[in-house]
Amino acid sequence: MNLHAVRAIYAFELGRTLRTLFQSIASPVISTSLYFIVFGSAIGSRMQTIDGVSYGAFIVPGLIMLALLTESISNASFGIYLPRFTGTIYELLSAPVSAIEALMGYVGAAATKSVILGLIILGTARLFVPFEIVHPVWAAAFLVLISVSFSLFGFILGLWADGFEKLQVVPIMIITPLTFLGGTFYSVSMLPPAWRTVTLFNPIVYLVNGFRWSFYGQSDIAVGFSLSMIGVFMAVCLGIVVWIFRTGWRLRS
Amino acid sequence: MASSPPRPIVSIKGLEKTYASGHRALKGVDLEVHAGEIFALLGPNGAGKTTLIGIVCGLVRATAGTVIADGHDIAQDYRAARAKIGLVPQELATDMFETVWHAVNFSRGLFGKPRDHAKVEEVLRALSLWDKRNAKIGALSGGMKRRVLIAKALSHEPSILFLDEPTAGVDVELRRDMWDMVRRLREQGVTIILTTHYIEEAEEMADRIGVIDQGEIILIEEKHALMEKLGRTRITIGLKEPLAAIPPMLADERLALAGDGRTLVLTLMGEGEGAQGAADLIKRLGAEGIDFTTIDTVKSSLEDIFVDLVGKRP
Ligand SMILES: Nc1ncnc2c1ncn2[C@@H]1O[C@H](COP(=O)(O)OP(=O)(O)OP(=O)(O)O)[C@@H](O)[C@H]1O
Ligand SMILES: [Mg+2]
Repeated sequence: MNLHAVRAIYAFELGRTLRTLFQSIASPVISTSLYFIVFGSAIGSRMQTIDGVSYGAFIVPGLIMLALLTESISNASFGIYLPRFTGTIYELLSAPVSAIEALMGYVGAAATKSVILGLIILGTARLFVPFEIVHPVWAAAFLVLISVSFSLFGFILGLWADGFEKLQVVPIMIITPLTFLGGTFYSVSMLPPAWRTVTLFNPIVYLVNGFRWSFYGQSDIAVGFSLSMIGVFMAVCLGIVVWIFRTGWRLRS
Repeated sequence: MASSPPRPIVSIKGLEKTYASGHRALKGVDLEVHAGEIFALLGPNGAGKTTLIGIVCGLVRATAGTVIADGHDIAQDYRAARAKIGLVPQELATDMFETVWHAVNFSRGLFGKPRDHAKVEEVLRALSLWDKRNAKIGALSGGMKRRVLIAKALSHEPSILFLDEPTAGVDVELRRDMWDMVRRLREQGVTIILTTHYIEEAEEMADRIGVIDQGEIILIEEKHALMEKLGRTRITIGLKEPLAAIPPMLADERLALAGDGRTLVLTLMGEGEGAQGAADLIKRLGAEGIDFTTIDTVKSSLEDIFVDLVGKRP
């Protein structure tokens, strides 16, 4: 195991984040605050509680999730796309570094950043609405698992993309709609039965609900099922990355 | 100098590369580079130099063939092989926003070496980059950026260094510096493989020279042997009175009459016999009573040899 390399990549990537600390942290915090002002305070005050949870508190896990998903994907994809774009990837490819080590470095750094961001948003949310976390250990586990699996997904995106547009398209065109339609702002049980069925094909429903369960102890979907969905997603992403490194797809000509 | 038989440090056998486009960039290349030498790979644009280096360094996948670097197969035992190799690529690719110091330390870690600030300092000082250590790479000049790439390649103390056109777009002074640096590295026991378009560079530095053209190695030779074998010395003598034919006393297949009989041209093969050949001819001209006005001696350079070699191919 080339741990020096893992450490070097991890530190390098986190260093890149620190250089752009303001954009990295400020923009998600600002947009989340806006959501709380609009949905939590302005609209939420006219909404009834959902399963005994105030509307403002109800949307907290979903909003953290939204930030977590988009940030994990964009950080990890950018982290690996940038060296491909500038050509500095040659160094990684010529180094005695295995796929797993490169992953630990790049995905580890992107996931770390997402977790920190999730915690900051959590803190910001607490300023707007009071809430308690019923299962903090589970909440932490979801936070980490989701950050890691979507950073993995972002890593794949960064390898697949052949232009900056593609890097932006996936988070904006796929993840954001799926998150909005995934029960961020409502309970799936509030939907008419037909739409409820459709929603169950949206994988993000499982993430949001699992995460919300860890906050408030209730969920539209069984927690075990949520967890196994994340597990499956992570396993698929891992498999794809290992395949990419083995075949050299998009990396080695 | 070479008393013991040379130890091969890079052995390439039957290397083939066909790109996805269908282009066959390498056609069964066999090559052995000796430990401790400076090997220059010469070839025109598109000959396959960068492809060859790319395969050895892990950037390009070979279609067929094997490469052993310092005793390790680059495919089966890639970790051990790559840890021994440093690469300075042809294209200047750098992290613009990083400082020199961070970038070079990063490279060392990437290649599996523990942190060692003293070692990195040594590398930076040797490349006159120490003063620039806190500068952002993006703010450096092109020549300085290339030095940073060299520092990155040397940060993990490789025993084999690949320099893909290290002096392309570099001014004369920097090129001299680069040559000095390469020689110093060789003195430290590093094997150096460089590609270049500047034949004077190969002539100046290399111990051995390989010529590659259209994906095939067409020649591998020790530099002096190459000059000896293929180098020519042409001695041109301007005569006072034109000659109708070469006098029988001077008859020599290497001698020709040109310019309406006013010029004698002596073409000598090899490097060594030039001066002696000229002296002999002058003596004999004196004995024959032939007066001459000018003498010109031109040695062919590696460049002529190279143009000859590659030019003759279809
Ligand atoms: N990724 C690629 N896909 C398809 N063809 C390629 C690729 N890379 C190189 N080639 C082709 O392979 C041949 C050899 O290229 P290579 O870069 O190895 O040449 P070179 O000897 O380094 O040339 P130069 O002196 O210009 O750097 C060229 O014809 C080139 O067009
Ligand atoms: Mg080249």
